[in-house]
Amino acid sequence: MFKVKTLISVLALSIFFSYSSKAVESQDPIKLTLHDWTGQLITTNIMAEVLKEAGYNIELVQADYIAQFAGLQTGDLHVAMEMWETTGRDAIDEYTPDGRVINVGSTGMDAIEEWWYPSYMKDECPGLPNWEVLNECAEAFSTMETAPNGRYLGGPVTWGGFDDERVEALGLDWEVIHAGTDAALFAELESAYQRKAPIMLWIYAPHWAPSKFDGEFVEFPAYTSECYNDPSWGINPNSAYDCGKPRGPIWKVASSQLKDKWPGAYNAVEAFTISNDEMGQMVAAVDLDGNSVEAVVADWMDNNKSRWQSWIK
Amino acid sequence: MSLTRKKFVFIFLFLLTLLISVFASDFLKTYDFAWAIKFPKSLIFPFKIYISSSIKWLIESATFGIFTFNDLTRAISWVIEQPYEIILSLVAKGFYSGQGSQAELILSPMSWIAVVGIMTIVAIKLKDLSLAILTFFSFLYLAIFDQWQSSMVTLASIFIAVPFGVAIGILFGISSYKSLFAHKIINPILNLMQTMPVFAYLVPILVLFGFGPVSALIATIIYALPPMVHTTYLGLKGINPSIIEAGKMCGCNNQQLLWRVEIPSALNSIKLGINQVIMLSFNMVIIASMIGAGGLGYDVLTSLRKLDIGGGVEAGLAIVILAIVLDRMSFAYIGKHKKYSEKSATFFKRNFHLIIIIVLILSSYLLGVFVEFLKSYPEHFTLSTSAFWEKSIKFINVNYYDQLELFKFYLLKYFMLPIKGFFISIPWPWFIFILVLLGWHYGRAKLAILNLILLAFIVINGLWLKAMVTIYLCGASVILACLIGIPLGIWGGLNDRANKILSSIADTLQTLPSFVYLIPVVMLFRVGDFTAMLAVILYSLAPAVKYTIHGIRSINSEIIDAGKANGCNNRQLLFNIRLPLALPEILLGINQTIMLALSMLVITALVGTRELGQEVYIALTKADIGRGLVAGLCVAFIAIISDNLIKSASKKMKLKYGLTL
Repeated sequence: MFKVKTLISVLALSIFFSYSSKAVESQDPIKLTLHDWTGQLITTNIMAEVLKEAGYNIELVQADYIAQFAGLQTGDLHVAMEMWETTGRDAIDEYTPDGRVINVGSTGMDAIEEWWYPSYMKDECPGLPNWEVLNECAEAFSTMETAPNGRYLGGPVTWGGFDDERVEALGLDWEVIHAGTDAALFAELESAYQRKAPIMLWIYAPHWAPSKFDGEFVEFPAYTSECYNDPSWGINPNSAYDCGKPRGPIWKVASSQLKDKWPGAYNAVEAFTISNDEMGQMVAAVDLDGNSVEAVVADWMDNNKSRWQSWIK
Repeated sequence: MSLTRKKFVFIFLFLLTLLISVFASDFLKTYDFAWAIKFPKSLIFPFKIYISSSIKWLIESATFGIFTFNDLTRAISWVIEQPYEIILSLVAKGFYSGQGSQAELILSPMSWIAVVGIMTIVAIKLKDLSLAILTFFSFLYLAIFDQWQSSMVTLASIFIAVPFGVAIGILFGISSYKSLFAHKIINPILNLMQTMPVFAYLVPILVLFGFGPVSALIATIIYALPPMVHTTYLGLKGINPSIIEAGKMCGCNNQQLLWRVEIPSALNSIKLGINQVIMLSFNMVIIASMIGAGGLGYDVLTSLRKLDIGGGVEAGLAIVILAIVLDRMSFAYIGKHKKYSEKSATFFKRNFHLIIIIVLILSSYLLGVFVEFLKSYPEHFTLSTSAFWEKSIKFINVNYYDQLELFKFYLLKYFMLPIKGFFISIPWPWFIFILVLLGWHYGRAKLAILNLILLAFIVINGLWLKAMVTIYLCGASVILACLIGIPLGIWGGLNDRANKILSSIADTLQTLPSFVYLIPVVMLFRVGDFTAMLAVILYSLAPAVKYTIHGIRSINSEIIDAGKANGCNNRQLLFNIRLPLALPEILLGINQTIMLALSMLVITALVGTRELGQEVYIALTKADIGRGLVAGLCVAFIAIISDNLIKSASKKMKLKYGLTL
């Protein structure tokens, strides 16, 4: 009997010591959400590794990009590392006002979303990337169903983006076709690129596509908030949306529980920053060169030690 | 005489509808009747807002006094989570102490050799050596093609979803057999569960049961449950009354009668239900992975996001293989009759297989400590066919794109667009009138009123146009699926070898996740209705083939012989005897094709269609509970209307030919 007791207390002590070697507020796992694009997996895994180094207990959970807000609100989930200004603004506005979900600040990355074409199309339409030549080139970008209008493949309707309005406002002879998902979007790009066929579509960055395929974004009149709200602004005096798409930060959001229960971890999440270029390279290393997310993240951790150590000070 | 008049009325109504669809919309617009084409926005009833707010109330404030509604749902997820965690740890994760990243491994998961061995032994015990060989090589495939870890995660979720689905299904089946009242309530709910697109109830489930694999399991159980209830109910209903009488005479009380007499007599139907639950659970693998189930479904999704077509195909085929092996095993279980072991047999002899399994598990654990190979399949021995798939698609794309484009253009112009135009320009009051009339013809007042209510629901929610696009897309796909599937089915019905080949193709198409072929189809045909239609056809082809084969094969051979004796040639035999007699069965096949096509439409929203499926999908991405449920109900209602009409037509036809129902 005595022996068993000793064994238990030794075990308990050893567990106590192994945990107390790095003192953090709570040993309950902090839940970070994973979505289904590589860039987000990378940012989340970097954050997870950094928090682990600080002694926190981490759990990675699959969750839907928008549906996760319900979980962040109740405290089922704690951190979402990428909430894009361009696609997540509505959700942020809906869930942050009552204080249960907090916008922890920018990740340092800027989202770009715009019309994009592969470089070989410049031979057909030398005036690109200036948007003013779009009408002259419409026919070069047309297909059997849209001829003589150009065909622009937009994002899923859920992404918004006001492309139908933009075509109207700028008087473009183009037809907007909506893809249902981004997988479909890039499948069309891959297919057209293999055949060197004309294509104009919605691309966003940071993403692997701009590094895999050679091409450029169309240059529309730059976005301002007046352009979207005030019809008299811009080229078309009677219509809003006569400009390009907004570019904006990618935010980090967290449950208020993170701040209350693990203030140190909250500060680390707040301090996290990374640049578009760094991210583009890591995404390409995973999606194009076939490395695992873990390996790429481990590489980054080795090369940026002083940076992440300052986050968890 | 009356028959020809009826035919005349049908043709007249159809032509009238055609005329109305072509000319009415301009006419109605000029004379200020535009409301008949487009339901006015001001009259739309905001069902979706009510639904959203009532779900919100359920989660945040509903209470039973001692505990809240939220506590109840969380308790349910806890009950499901415990066995799931154990099985998942056993086959995939290993057992850990502690939580999150600080957990420490106590016991590693079962070695792949042990799992392959166990499944093979179970196969031998269920049937014979050939099933065992199939099982052995199938599981070996999973290891060799590097799908092991994900397959085990998927298998673990199937092992949990199936028993829960079966148990709940049997309970519902029994209560609907015992009480007419319960039957009246359960039946319509089942119809909804079966026809409602899964995407529509994912968000409510997430909110109620929390994030993670449990919600995915619950969604799977809901989706796979209905056939279990149906088969249990039908099995119990079909028991010969004299058996029950005999039970009563032996002095059984109600409990004894149920468990000792009725359930054993209905066992074969119940086993068929189990088989259905397994197959449907596999259909949910992809969707479940969207809300955190992980496993093979997740692999399919992520590889397609990376445009890694080969990776998607391999993971998809792993799902097909698991589904087919478990399907064969469950069928073997259905066909198996209980053998009573001889008393004289020794303990060792009676439990021979069990002992081998235990020895296998223990020895693989022990040896796994010394030999890494036994613990997990070595990575450098894995194969991949990825490059092959990628290259094939690229080859077709580069060389045959123009021909495919032309084919698509003509099919769109002369087949799809006219159908679309026909449906979207029929004024809704006229469409409802026609369907009420059809309801009256096939099911009298009951069906007529049902059709009226269901269609009115679609109209007042402002989803009429999207519903019509749904009907067009589904209708065009079903027509082509039948044009391809029924002739193939006839061929399979007449030819044994064709039957074998067609059946395995149909099995594969039915279990292969549609995501796998959606992306290559987009590459060859771009996004849009045509791509959506191709995907729907591929998915819904199977029942058209299978039911036709079954219909032709189950014709009484005496009738065929009589035909031959009367000097029919093969052509006459087919068109005058076989096809008319198989027609009711073929109609049921068409019905099933329509059901599958409707359930697939939600997925086609991913390639940019604009119908109810898109509505459901938008609601899903915006986490709008009410909007998703309303659009989901509309899809379900379309399915229910067509299901009712076709089933009654099939019944009428069977009566006409004097076939037993």
